[in-house]
Amino acid sequence: MSAGESSTPLAKVAGLGSAREGGEHWLTERATSIALLLLGVWLVASLLLLPALDQKTLVEWLRGASGAVPMALLIVVGFLHGLQGLKVVVDDYVHDEGNRFALNTLLLFLAVGGGSLALFALARIAFGAAA
Amino acid sequence: MAAHPRPLSPHLTVWRWGPGMAVSILHRITGGGLTVVGLAVLTWWLIAIAGGAETYATFSKAANHPLGLVVLIGLTWAFFQHLLSGIRHLVMDTGAAFELGTNKRFALLTIVGSVVLTAALWAYVLGDRA
Repeated sequence: MSAGESSTPLAKVAGLGSAREGGEHWLTERATSIALLLLGVWLVASLLLLPALDQKTLVEWLRGASGAVPMALLIVVGFLHGLQGLKVVVDDYVHDEGNRFALNTLLLFLAVGGGSLALFALARIAFGAAA
Repeated sequence: MAAHPRPLSPHLTVWRWGPGMAVSILHRITGGGLTVVGLAVLTWWLIAIAGGAETYATFSKAANHPLGLVVLIGLTWAFFQHLLSGIRHLVMDTGAAFELGTNKRFALLTIVGSVVLTAALWAYVLGDRA
């Protein structure tokens, strides 16, 4: 990644532009997108390959490591990537600094809350609390 | 001097729509949809599985309702569109595919690809069931 001709050598190494921040967000967004490429295709392929989509079959699938681990990753990476994407939209369209901070904080809470809820449900399935 | 508002640079309305512009905005719309609707459905689905067979029956009934199917087919299309235009973004991040012809063809390919993949997947799913 080029940080431009005008940046200092340190800024080039750190991947920072003139805004002093954002390089990490940009790179993480790319990394999570590549992970979701794999995890998304895994989810679609798994659903197509499962013999049935009834509750019992799904519980069996998510109890094994080959089902539970990618699903946990999909939840964590999916909510992170979604949060990062919506932050870009908020930063683009909400110009008032206070509103922008409030919206981004709300999105952060919703993403962490929603992701935790999904992980808790998966844990119940994987560790056998589910019927 | 404050009597006249400052001139604004022309925005979306003055440009002729092309594949690149359409895919750009589609990437945002599908990304937003996948985050808000897609993650909500995924979370609800997992909670329903964890809740047992009876709880899952409620989810299953909603998912098989015509409106539920519209949402699921819409999410499938959004997934494939965002995936393909995401790949396009990753390629363009390397500095490639900016030539006018290549760029336009790549953009069109993501639109055609997402529709074809969605149609193929649901033809398989619904055909299997029939």
